[in-house]
Amino acid sequence: MTGTWLITGARPLGRDAADVLVRDGLIAEIGPGLDEPGAQRLDAGGLILLPGLVDLHTHLREPGREDAETVSSGTAAAALGGYTTVHAMANTEPVADTAGVVEQVWRLGREAGRCDVQPVGAVTAGLAGSRLAELGAMADSAARVRVFSDDGRCVDDAVLMRRALEYVRAFGGVIAQHAQDPRLTSGAQVNEGEISARLGLTGWPAVAEEAIIARDCLLTAHVGSALHVCHVSTAGSVEIIRWAKSKGWRVTAEVTPHHLLLTEALAAGYDPAFKVNPPLRTAEDARALRAGLADGTIDCVATDHAPHPLEDKETEWEVAAFGMTGLETALRVVHQALVEPGLLDWAGVADRMSARPAAIGRLSGHGRLAPGEPASLVLYDPSPREAIDPTTHASKSRNTPFAGMVLPGRVVATFLRGRPTVLDGKLAW
Amino acid sequence: MNRHLISAGDLSQDDAVLILDTADELDRIAERPVKKLPTLRGRTVVNLFYEDSTRTRISFEAAAKRLSADVINFSAKGSSVTKGESLKDTALTLEAMGADAVVIRHSASGAPHRLDGLRVTIVGDVLHSRVARSNVLLLSTLGAEVTLVAPPTLLPVAVGSWPCAVGYDLDAALPKADVVMMLRVQQERMNAAYFPTVREYSRRYGLDAARMALLPEHGIVMHPGPMNRGVEIAAEVADSVRSTIVEQVANGVSVRMAVLYLLLSGSDQGDQR
Repeated sequence: MTGTWLITGARPLGRDAADVLVRDGLIAEIGPGLDEPGAQRLDAGGLILLPGLVDLHTHLREPGREDAETVSSGTAAAALGGYTTVHAMANTEPVADTAGVVEQVWRLGREAGRCDVQPVGAVTAGLAGSRLAELGAMADSAARVRVFSDDGRCVDDAVLMRRALEYVRAFGGVIAQHAQDPRLTSGAQVNEGEISARLGLTGWPAVAEEAIIARDCLLTAHVGSALHVCHVSTAGSVEIIRWAKSKGWRVTAEVTPHHLLLTEALAAGYDPAFKVNPPLRTAEDARALRAGLADGTIDCVATDHAPHPLEDKETEWEVAAFGMTGLETALRVVHQALVEPGLLDWAGVADRMSARPAAIGRLSGHGRLAPGEPASLVLYDPSPREAIDPTTHASKSRNTPFAGMVLPGRVVATFLRGRPTVLDGKLAW
Repeated sequence: MNRHLISAGDLSQDDAVLILDTADELDRIAERPVKKLPTLRGRTVVNLFYEDSTRTRISFEAAAKRLSADVINFSAKGSSVTKGESLKDTALTLEAMGADAVVIRHSASGAPHRLDGLRVTIVGDVLHSRVARSNVLLLSTLGAEVTLVAPPTLLPVAVGSWPCAVGYDLDAALPKADVVMMLRVQQERMNAAYFPTVREYSRRYGLDAARMALLPEHGIVMHPGPMNRGVEIAAEVADSVRSTIVEQVANGVSVRMAVLYLLLSGSDQGDQR
């Protein structure tokens, strides 16, 4: 189904309607009244045209936990959510801490073909936090790894974090930190505050995130490297990152859709669908995160798509796994949380969900709607309002916290380098 | 005892050239059947080594003895230093005993003469290397263009202020190097998280035959020793015709002789501080 496509009447970045001619995998032309005999036509009247979305934070679970997700099912979910690139996190089994594993994940993505898979390499061997993994070997591999993270675990040893930040300068890499002081969060279950006190669950204090972020910003400045802060969840973190950026330090940050929209109050029913790490925070935190994303302090939205099989979620709260799926709902959540209240326009959405995450991942060919650019695109219908139905999801797991929630919008089509992966809201093949 | 040579950075270009010219002259002694000059007869040189460094000590000892000085070796290990004596008191004691010169563990390395525009690439553990520090200072004083190549973890944070270029990619640096100097990776660094594994270090920053082929035709390979064959330098590179590692040792003795000679012989040309 590759070939020449003429997409008519779409609104690039939500602006005036235009036609888009896609040829040889590239955007050939954008403008009104285009015609191309023989092209396959897609009537996109009223649809928003965005560059294909880029997720910096996806757990594809393969290799090791194929019961939760595979590269194939995860990239199908990504395509349905409008994504054309996902960064696959390293906490697989075996851990993606060698050139061999990252190349395997990268190849699985190429074979699946619905969405580019850019592996994230582990910072420390086996995520054990004691010595650096062979970062250079992963950087030099076919997967060309540039983002390194022990996500799920914090690189809490300050010397090791310093060395990692320094070491990746050799190949222009970035350390993506899961900011969580392990001693302050031993056994932590929910945000520490009134709710944790009432529910009798161990608290996860905001300071455990903020202290690590502050330290890492200072380390990054000291050694002149680049830091990316994963899933920022507190108002204090936003302030620290704003300060670090004001100094001109190379610090970037992401926020998840769930932290933008949901709050700790949802934990009151002890439903593990709402159990996630870092935990859902207060309404005040969520407000600060939305404002931070809107003003650019937080660079991008990243899903932290974390699929878990039913048996790991249908349990008592304290034994349930942390994590939520997110690829298939992210754009709609951002629509609801930022576009509808007027905090972000569609150009802003394209920036925060495509251009900036691609830049942080050191990827080219993403985030721009212009002739000559790769035709990785998403067409989004902003008008419907429907409840989220997890049974329709392509992800192997169903642990979405948005089940039953009415959200605006619908991804109609996704193109990966000129080839449709999603048409009429369904997988194209 | 009022002359000092503490840092290569204290040497002017004239000083450095004087030392090297003197070394050149003294070098010829090594070719004689009797490798000895009477110049420093009756003078006493103390080698005061706070850190074990066999090569450096032997080199200084040979240099002093060839100039007929009496040599006393003093290792900090097992001496009053381990009992808490300060450096100042140790030095005063040695002076009272009649030492004319005290060599405190420091290393310097032989270098050729006119270096204008010579491109020298120094590779490896710059952070912990006296050799690299001395070389950057001295070589740039002598007009060479120095490039440091190392994992960023093994470069000092403020390396940007040094008179040299800095890179992380050895393959990119080699075709532009007239001289490549490989630094030793010390055992204790290997397990201190400066780099992931010895293999990765060797893969990215080790000089093997394939990398040596990237050097210009006239390019030479140096190493201040002792070498870790198979880590920063492959055996076939260390033993190749391009390697000047053995000559470096011989030159090291000559340079040390020159320094001792200039510091002790009362030569009024030498104005090292």
